[in-house]
Amino acid sequence: MLTEQERHEIDEEVAAVRGHARAAVVEALKVVQRRRGWVSDDDLRDVAACLGMTPAEVDAVATFYNKIFRRRVGRHVLLICDSVSCWIVGYHALLEHLRARWGLELGATTADDRFTLLPVACLGLCEQAPAMLLDGELYGNLTPARLDAILATHE
Amino acid sequence: MPDLREYAGAGGYAGLRAALKMTPTEVQGMVKAANLRGRGGAGFPTGVKWGAVPLGPAARRPKYLVVNADEMEPGVMKDRLLMEGNPHQLIEGIIIAAHAIEAEHAFIFIRLAYREAAERLRRAIAEATAHGYLGENILGSGFSLDIRVHRSAGRYICGEETALLNALEGKRPIPRAKPPFPQTVGLWGQPTVVNNVETLCNVPHILRNGPEWFRGLSRSADGGTKLYGASGRVRRPGAWELPMGTPLREILEAHAGGMEEGYQLRGLLPGGASTDFLTPAHLDLPMDFASVMGAGSRLGTGTIVVLDDRTCPVSLLISLEQFFARESCGWCTPCREGLPWVVRLLRALEDGDGRQEDIARLEEHTRLLGPGRTFCALAPGAMEPLQSALHYFREDFTRHVTERGCPWRKELVV
Ligand SMILES: Cc1cc2nc3c(=O)[nH]c(=O)nc-3n(C[C@H](O)[C@H](O)[C@H](O)COP(=O)(O)O)c2cc1C
Ligand code: SF4
Ligand code: FES
Repeated sequence: MLTEQERHEIDEEVAAVRGHARAAVVEALKVVQRRRGWVSDDDLRDVAACLGMTPAEVDAVATFYNKIFRRRVGRHVLLICDSVSCWIVGYHALLEHLRARWGLELGATTADDRFTLLPVACLGLCEQAPAMLLDGELYGNLTPARLDAILATHE
Repeated sequence: MPDLREYAGAGGYAGLRAALKMTPTEVQGMVKAANLRGRGGAGFPTGVKWGAVPLGPAARRPKYLVVNADEMEPGVMKDRLLMEGNPHQLIEGIIIAAHAIEAEHAFIFIRLAYREAAERLRRAIAEATAHGYLGENILGSGFSLDIRVHRSAGRYICGEETALLNALEGKRPIPRAKPPFPQTVGLWGQPTVVNNVETLCNVPHILRNGPEWFRGLSRSADGGTKLYGASGRVRRPGAWELPMGTPLREILEAHAGGMEEGYQLRGLLPGGASTDFLTPAHLDLPMDFASVMGAGSRLGTGTIVVLDDRTCPVSLLISLEQFFARESCGWCTPCREGLPWVVRLLRALEDGDGRQEDIARLEEHTRLLGPGRTFCALAPGAMEPLQSALHYFREDFTRHVTERGCPWRKELVV
């Protein structure tokens, strides 16, 4: 069930796109994800009802985007860039460090639900490679030590 | 980052004032005369693109201007720097371009990772609206425009202009068939222009200083300056605004500071992941559209990715092709099935399971996924670094077969 607040935020998005309700679908999915971390089948049906779309239509959009999560994720989502510039200057070392020091595996969530680690395409921060996106925040010039300092502040 | 007062104090919005005194056709004429070519990768002449939009009372309305700020091509960060550094410059370019095609609504389609840029743009839009540069009857000219920022949710194909239009409409963002082109049948079926961020950032300066001035900035036949970038093992990775046609050597040595200690230049991608490799033999090449094309590659986005002598070219291709395979929208079979196959062949070489005929098979894919074989330009773009690597780094591919694995492996898995 969507909350009153979520419904209200989705309605505002719909109003902003003037007469094209389904154009608000990506924002509506983000509204849900902001509060719950991911989009469940039930949430998906509720979003579809708000926008006058079928659940299948909403899912065709939701599954397409790689930052809408259709499966449960941890409290913090760490997207590590594995594209060229990062690949050249340190992606492998970071990945190895995340595995050895933090027990993170690509595509997996830690047992305590603290972190989900996923690979991501170039974050547009190539001049500060290697880079990551952690809970929507960009971080560049990563080293294992800097990574430790950042992750330590994410309980 | 300059606010509106600082931006206007430095001559900002003077181009808009000049443009509002002209007819749309006159504005288009200025941009054509300036030889501004699109900075989104393909280099299409901007004035000509605008010229295909129907004008006048008979034209269908509303019309739209859409700014492509998706920037998901690996190795490219120039538009982020432009939006974070000076959002008003882009806003002014948008208003002028919208006037030139008589559009009443504009959208900025920006990738999710660029939160800071999106926030700065929203603030700049609010400021510009409060000062009468946006909204109803702009500066008393009778022209009205609003701008909406649409934040995406991550998928490279959304940068392809017709997929982008589907994304904005809330559909699954796969590309559309062309023709019809967006200029006649675009967003919600209405006349639409899609332009890159950097393209539009040039426009205010053309209107303010004139086409001759703009052409004079360049060291080539293409007008203006270009935001060049460099990443990889160079001393000072970054981006610099330089005259269009600045030679590669100057960008890499004077601006990027040359190679990092202990690394040699082996090759480079001149304009992002979907451009053909060049080699140190090309260092004196001017970085403009025609020159890079003449050397067998493309200027693309002008952001250089440097391959050093301690990175395995085959391994680098795994990163590149894995990106394209993952980002393929899946609509057409050669791309959806072919790209993962390419990745498997490359992985096999890397792991020591490759055979000589696999190299020929990779070569075959560069033809089967080449221009004209797929529904959009993603797959042909993916083949550009592969075909040129097979040409310039052939020896490395062969060594992976004869030495049963990657000669660089030891260094990669430190
Ligand atoms: C797969 C693919 C991805 C693209 N991504 C972008 C992008 O992120 N930004 C961009 O400006 N153009 C991108 N383009 C090019 C656009 O389709 C379009 O040509 C461009 O936005 C036009 O702008 P311009 O004429 O100002 O250069 C992409 C093209 C393809 C085929
Ligand atoms: S070439 Fe690839 S990205 Fe383009 S339409 Fe075909 S499957 Fe989609
Ligand atoms: S390649 Fe990693 S941020 Fe661009």
